[in-house]
Amino acid sequence: MLQTAPPHAKRHHGGLIGDQPAPPPQDVVRLKKGKRDQTIHPGWLVAPASIWLIVFLVVPLAGIVVFSFWTPVRGGMTPDFTFINFGNFFRQDGFFDPEHRNFLKLSIFITTLWTTFRFTVTVMVVCLIIGYPIAFFLAMQVKNFKWQLALFLVAMVPFWTSYLIRAVAWLPMLGRRGLFNKMLMNLGVIDKPSSFFLYSEFGYTMALAQLYVVLCVGPIFFSLAKINKDILEAARDMGASNFQVFREIILPLSLPGVAIGMIFLFVMLMGEFATAVVVYGGKTSTTGTVILNYYATANYPFAAVNAIMLMLAMMIGVFFILRVVDIRKEL
Amino acid sequence: MARWTPRRTRALAVKTGFSIYYVLFIVFIFGPMIAMFALSFQGRRGGTSFPMRGFSTYWWEKLLEPSSIGDLQGALARSLILALVVMVITALFSTMLAMAFRQKFRGSNLLFYTVMLGLMVPGVLLSLGLATLMRQIGIPPAWWSSGLGVHVVWTLPFGFLVMMAVFNRFDSRLEEAARDMGAGEWTVFREITLPLILPGIVAAGLFGFTLSYDEFARTTLLSGEYNTLPLDINASMTQRIRPTLFALGTASTLFSLCLIGLFIVVYTILYRRSR
Repeated sequence: MLQTAPPHAKRHHGGLIGDQPAPPPQDVVRLKKGKRDQTIHPGWLVAPASIWLIVFLVVPLAGIVVFSFWTPVRGGMTPDFTFINFGNFFRQDGFFDPEHRNFLKLSIFITTLWTTFRFTVTVMVVCLIIGYPIAFFLAMQVKNFKWQLALFLVAMVPFWTSYLIRAVAWLPMLGRRGLFNKMLMNLGVIDKPSSFFLYSEFGYTMALAQLYVVLCVGPIFFSLAKINKDILEAARDMGASNFQVFREIILPLSLPGVAIGMIFLFVMLMGEFATAVVVYGGKTSTTGTVILNYYATANYPFAAVNAIMLMLAMMIGVFFILRVVDIRKEL
Repeated sequence: MARWTPRRTRALAVKTGFSIYYVLFIVFIFGPMIAMFALSFQGRRGGTSFPMRGFSTYWWEKLLEPSSIGDLQGALARSLILALVVMVITALFSTMLAMAFRQKFRGSNLLFYTVMLGLMVPGVLLSLGLATLMRQIGIPPAWWSSGLGVHVVWTLPFGFLVMMAVFNRFDSRLEEAARDMGAGEWTVFREITLPLILPGIVAAGLFGFTLSYDEFARTTLLSGEYNTLPLDINASMTQRIRPTLFALGTASTLFSLCLIGLFIVVYTILYRRSR
């Protein structure tokens, strides 16, 4: 033991004045071991939250999977194993019949899922285009930290206000007599009010982008703010143009933030259903509304099947985003 | 000192461009809400869009009448109680979890991903799963039981991430020093750890409060016979839309803003004190 005493053990009892070097790591470990019997076992710390998560998260999700194989009966379901719900999701009358008008047409549930996905991707792209420059401005152009924080918080305020209310707030903007129409008419772009905005794809996309854009500004801002400014300075000193600095350094380093933001947007938008009702007038349905409708008509197994398909689509989407950027490596 | 070199002029132009863009962005995200604020003071005979026909507090008065929109006051009270309980549980759980995660333990990875799953699962799915399950077992859902359950599932990841960040910057040597001086575990926690992480705990709780107060999707099928505020707002939207709804929206938004202001003040005080 004495022979293996670490060479820096002496330093441990050095003077009491001035900066003390941190105690060597070995000593810390040994100290902790001696005391660990007194500390609370992590099991006790995580037990309440774990039980909570199992009851309110894991079991309900498992329940969806189980119920999707049950047989729907009038006003409920019975635990008889069946694939019929999954069949109904894909199949519709006349799918295999060349004479029928539904021949080889995808079922309404698949097209709804596809519409949901299409809107999600559109809104993600719009949010990225709108949000990235904002994050860039806050992280790169605003030099004063206090200003940076203040401007960032102002941009984040809508995240803390009710999202339904923000959806409602779009109604006076988009309607036939709404502000958009007024503005365009005053500018002379159109001469009579257009119903192009409210209950249209355009209005819906705009409203969703406004509701969710802050969710991608945040993560991109954080990843941009972490970039060491000296690197950029060095690149400029070596003669790189601003655009080169952006393309070669800033953009690659901000990708993890972009990916996190996109995953956020993706999962939230795929599960979106309330905005479709408010701003789109329920003209189209998202998979979320389909799920709620089938729940309302007490066809629980079919609601569960739609939920599973939504989850599968989300997993595939998140998987692809993660393929582009490996977040875990970056964290 | 500062000369107007071409490079400097260009940098300034870029900055100005970005600043204008930022202002436009703020208009984009706040514009609809401001229009809503204005329209909530619509005259008695005005509709849900511009122009304003006079100025009145008619719709605000209608808001306060008990009969106009369902059980508004009750819904507000329920939402506040729920948000407060969620706040306490979120703060408690995320602190306990983050303390446990200071050391590696068996299943820590699994637990981490399970907590994060709560962030990733869409509210509709969670609502559907739990509501169907409870129906099958025969327990009626209620805002204070199943509603509370899924709200915490949603807020916990936020609080947990905050507390993880707090402990990442935490200097364990302070605790070691206290232990070496003979303090027991409980004393160390109360005298050293707790005061240092208190701002984080408050932040975690605030996330819990605001997220729960606004939560709609997770409560849709789970609130039972009594509505929370977002559900009540949603119910009033399915009727004919009138400026009363804008008054309600304005009131709700102002309330949220007051809360944020209050929280920032509390947080700043606690943060200064912990330094």
